[in-house]
Amino acid sequence: MLLPLAFTWSEFFQQVVFGLSIGSVYGSLALAIVLIYRTTRVVNFAQGEMAMFTTFICWSLITNHGLSFWPAFFVTLGAAFVLGVAVERIVIRPFEHASHLALILVTIALFVIFNGLAAWIWTPEQRAFVGPFSAKPFIIGGVAISRQDVGVLAVTLLTVAVLWAFFRFTKLGLAMRAAAIGPGASRLMGVRVEWMYALGWGFATVLGAVSGMMVAPSIFLSPGMMQLVLIYAFAAAVLGGIESPVGAVVGGLLLGLGTTLIGAYVPFVSSDLDVPIAFTILVLVLLFRPAGLFGRVVVRRV
Amino acid sequence: MIGLSPLRVVLYAALLAAIVALPYTTGEFRVTQFSYVGVFAIALVGLSILTGITGQISLGHGGFMAIGAYVTGILAMKYGVPELATIPLGGLVAGIVGFLFGFPALRLAGVYLALATFAFALIVPSVAIAMGEFTGGTAGILLDLPTSPVGALTPDKWLYFVTWAIAIVLFAGAVLFVNGKRGRALRAVRDNELAATSSGVSLSRYKTLAFGVSAFYAGVAGSLYAILNFIVTPGTFPVTLSILLLAGLVVGGATSLIGVIIGAIFVEFIPLYAGDVLGPVVNFLQRLQVPIDDVDPTTPGVPSVVYGVILLLVLLIAPTGLAGLPGRIGVLTKRVYSRLNVPERRANP
Repeated sequence: MLLPLAFTWSEFFQQVVFGLSIGSVYGSLALAIVLIYRTTRVVNFAQGEMAMFTTFICWSLITNHGLSFWPAFFVTLGAAFVLGVAVERIVIRPFEHASHLALILVTIALFVIFNGLAAWIWTPEQRAFVGPFSAKPFIIGGVAISRQDVGVLAVTLLTVAVLWAFFRFTKLGLAMRAAAIGPGASRLMGVRVEWMYALGWGFATVLGAVSGMMVAPSIFLSPGMMQLVLIYAFAAAVLGGIESPVGAVVGGLLLGLGTTLIGAYVPFVSSDLDVPIAFTILVLVLLFRPAGLFGRVVVRRV
Repeated sequence: MIGLSPLRVVLYAALLAAIVALPYTTGEFRVTQFSYVGVFAIALVGLSILTGITGQISLGHGGFMAIGAYVTGILAMKYGVPELATIPLGGLVAGIVGFLFGFPALRLAGVYLALATFAFALIVPSVAIAMGEFTGGTAGILLDLPTSPVGALTPDKWLYFVTWAIAIVLFAGAVLFVNGKRGRALRAVRDNELAATSSGVSLSRYKTLAFGVSAFYAGVAGSLYAILNFIVTPGTFPVTLSILLLAGLVVGGATSLIGVIIGAIFVEFIPLYAGDVLGPVVNFLQRLQVPIDDVDPTTPGVPSVVYGVILLLVLLIAPTGLAGLPGRIGVLTKRVYSRLNVPERRANP
């Protein structure tokens, strides 16, 4: 992007809203990664591909079954939940006692499988995905703000809020948190820990589906669409501290805002360098705060 | 990569004979494919030193290969250095980058390290695109077509022997390195960092050393890859290559030389033939009256699905890698056998 000759506040606000909107997409996928990491200690490299797969389901419901966007959206969320639970029960469970390395490879195998399945079922070509928000901008105090950006930000933050309320105020949410923190004690209290893990995968896949359906209108639908988003989501999750849900969302927003503003206002940064710069910042943060911005350093007693 | 029992000596001699005889039993196309197997074997030995011996995960070895490949491309085409002479330099530059990468990696363990190395694999191609005047941007660098200085050998066979000669020298180097006192220190780091430190093993020294040596191997592999491929582009070393390398290492077996070669064969051939594996499986299911249509193996996506499922199955059946499978079968049969005997023991106390 060229250096704007004259800095205008209106342009700046547009960039901020755009940055926050793309950041909320990173944040919701990052939250999905954190959710799974907290419950099953698995870093799910397939999170983005599962999100892509569910976005294809939504597209197929709209194009082949004549649903309008919002009904398709909610049906997809249901499908995503079932998919997540099924993946945990069928694929992840047999590797319960496997090593770190093996678990990472299991999710990489899932990555490859979902990517291949999407290309197999829906062909690998790029498709337009029409989102629910009109292209007409809001005009607030002379600043034109994209309805799409505001809509994406609202939907993702609302999803995160609903999920937070679920974990905070329901008995099932409490049971899931308990299962993540102390599986042994929870089991003694009558919590079905294994099912809580499966539910965790289900909710994470729902979050991923939201991020996929929200980002698809601006980047086209294709089997590779979520790979770059996944990279940023990883960065966001690590930036926040991989165990902190708040950190994941804040990390996503910061990352979206940061890369957008650097891209818009730092002249020598071409779009090829977006990822390297994001990761250089990430590595620098990790050098000074190895557990991320919101993470706690685990001190081991020996 | 431990010890030299008589069985192993026989095994290695047979392997060597197979490597020498192979180009005379197959076509030129296969010879090149097996040259790539050699290249991947070199990269996997490097990865084995880092992941198998030192216990540090890397999802970024494609990035180190890319560095070696670009060093060869730039030196050969811009400065006229003979291609084969650039190989050690490719390894050296990648090794230095790997050594330096080891410093931030010191503070990162497990998951964080996996992500950091993954990021590295992503960054190298984008940096190559951004440094267009050196690297040729997205178009990359075109190298000379391979020629053979030995009249009796075709260029393909010549490169095959060069690749495997380098591979064997590097294998031997790795065996010596791993079995020496440094290798022992590296294994100590893997098994228990705290105990290793208490015994005077400097973590920072040995982890950066492991990264450096490992990246050197990957860099040499990358240089050879560039010569065999005679073109280097940012797309030659995608993130999927790094993933495939780690998968190959785990599938083959992370700590044995035989495992590394099995892994290299996996990396080269499974993506090519994954689609064809499906045919017999579908036939079998149809015979079992499962209502399933014939699948065209060339449909996009089908090879990936098969590849992913194979990876899952190997992880499930042979978690120590295919090289460890015979030993594991022994353990499993023993376990089943002892279970079968339990009721008898109860009957006759």
